[in-house]
Amino acid sequence: MPTVKFIEHNGTEHVIEGEVGDSLMSLATGNLVPGIDADCGGECSCATCHCIVDDAWMEKAGKPSETEESMLDLNPDRESNSRLSCQIPLTEELDGIVVQLPEFQY
Amino acid sequence: MSEAVIEKLDLTTADPWSVPLDKINVSDPALFETDTHWGYFERLRKEDPVHYCEESLFGPYWSITKFNDIMQVDKAHHIFSSEDGITLPDRPLDFRTPNFISMDPPKHDVQRKAVTNAVAPLNLAKLEPIIRERAGKILDNLPIGEEFNWVDLVSVELTTQMLATLFDFPFEERRKLTYWSDMATSGELAGGPTPEPVRRAALLECLEVFTGLWNERVNNDPSEDIDLISMMAHNPDTQNMEPMEYLGNLILLIVGGNDTTRNSLSGGVYFLNEFPDEYDKLRANPGLIPKMVPEIIRFQTPLAYMRRTAMEDTVVGGKTIKEGDKVAMWYVSGNRDEEVIDRPNEFIIDRANPRHHLSFGFGIHRCMGNRLAEMQLRIVWEEILSRFETVEVVGEPVRVLSSFVKGYSELPVIVHAKQ
Repeated sequence: MPTVKFIEHNGTEHVIEGEVGDSLMSLATGNLVPGIDADCGGECSCATCHCIVDDAWMEKAGKPSETEESMLDLNPDRESNSRLSCQIPLTEELDGIVVQLPEFQY
Repeated sequence: MSEAVIEKLDLTTADPWSVPLDKINVSDPALFETDTHWGYFERLRKEDPVHYCEESLFGPYWSITKFNDIMQVDKAHHIFSSEDGITLPDRPLDFRTPNFISMDPPKHDVQRKAVTNAVAPLNLAKLEPIIRERAGKILDNLPIGEEFNWVDLVSVELTTQMLATLFDFPFEERRKLTYWSDMATSGELAGGPTPEPVRRAALLECLEVFTGLWNERVNNDPSEDIDLISMMAHNPDTQNMEPMEYLGNLILLIVGGNDTTRNSLSGGVYFLNEFPDEYDKLRANPGLIPKMVPEIIRFQTPLAYMRRTAMEDTVVGGKTIKEGDKVAMWYVSGNRDEEVIDRPNEFIIDRANPRHHLSFGFGIHRCMGNRLAEMQLRIVWEEILSRFETVEVVGEPVRVLSSFVKGYSELPVIVHAKQ
């Protein structure tokens, strides 16, 4: 099963195994990784599952949709590799992906 | 023999389950003043979840009543526009106060971003000690063992002080903010008690006072001013706003930061009295406060709905909504949708997923101040629990005549000190 490494803002690392098709958001919330709120439950409509994808993985993670783009754009802390973790489904290709979690969710 | 007598159907006393479906008008402000809307929404969710009302004070409109349909509409800002306003009454052409909540992208995005920083989590952390100190002072001054109106002495006072802080508004004159907020939402065009000329005069006074503050601050060093007025005055995206647009954004921030938290502060007290087992649970474990806060916000739903206007023909819940139709997303109903929320009519302070509610809306217009609201409520409840054994509700609340602002003007209580 592919794994994801979540790195909290304070540096704490969590390596989580998941099924193909699980979103990074559901892996984080399902395994009590702090730093992801996911108020809307994965609908791409609250932007409280913001994460920063490690540069090396950006291309494999794909591009944000127009809806995701409009939600990300409201976040003043947005970085060039910001994504909403509910919009990244796990694939075999993403095995080992590393994402940073921001200090705050809006 | 006699002419037919046409009686106006009084929905507040009718049986929600036997009124003809097409006569149901959930936007009637009296339903909210009398707290009799629940049955109608329950029926609509069961029998006609996307409901067309032909005749109302606000003309014809659609009601979206189920959680997932509301989510669908709220997300689809490219189909459902906010430009014609986010409440059902048509806005008078000669008194328009545009603001970013009633704009679509791209203008919405730049104006919202200009003020978002005021409520960014890092700034909120700086505000926490101020809020705690002010909340403590208000609570310490309450009369112990005698009846008073919680709305006035606590809910209004606290949220007004907070707003004054965010605007850096002259502190002694802070109740003006409350007055302007009330005027903004209680107009007769919205079915409220305030005559339109009185409402306009109050809002123009608001503009005048705030224009004075803008002029005082516009030439200050931007790095030293972190209040909302200075932010707007110094940001290239907002510094050239027309006066009515400035007023529009002020009203948005004043109402957004005032009515909502105010009524959740009152609602929490009321709900804990209605569900005394939950109050016991809370007293035994104040650590539940962060989970209780979003539950209060769900259960209160301080803004009952948001309105959109369809920009094209579209289908929601099997019904075709036509271009130009008004659509009300009834958060107050979706928040009680049993298909999404377990035991929705019970106030449960330790729910598994308490933030999964509609009160802040979803999508690009999602409440900008949601974290501030949660923080304020959390701090107040921490301070209440450390001082009082019980805030006892000793009479029925008086509710506001509005189908938009779902709130209280009176909540009689007696506070009992800790032994």
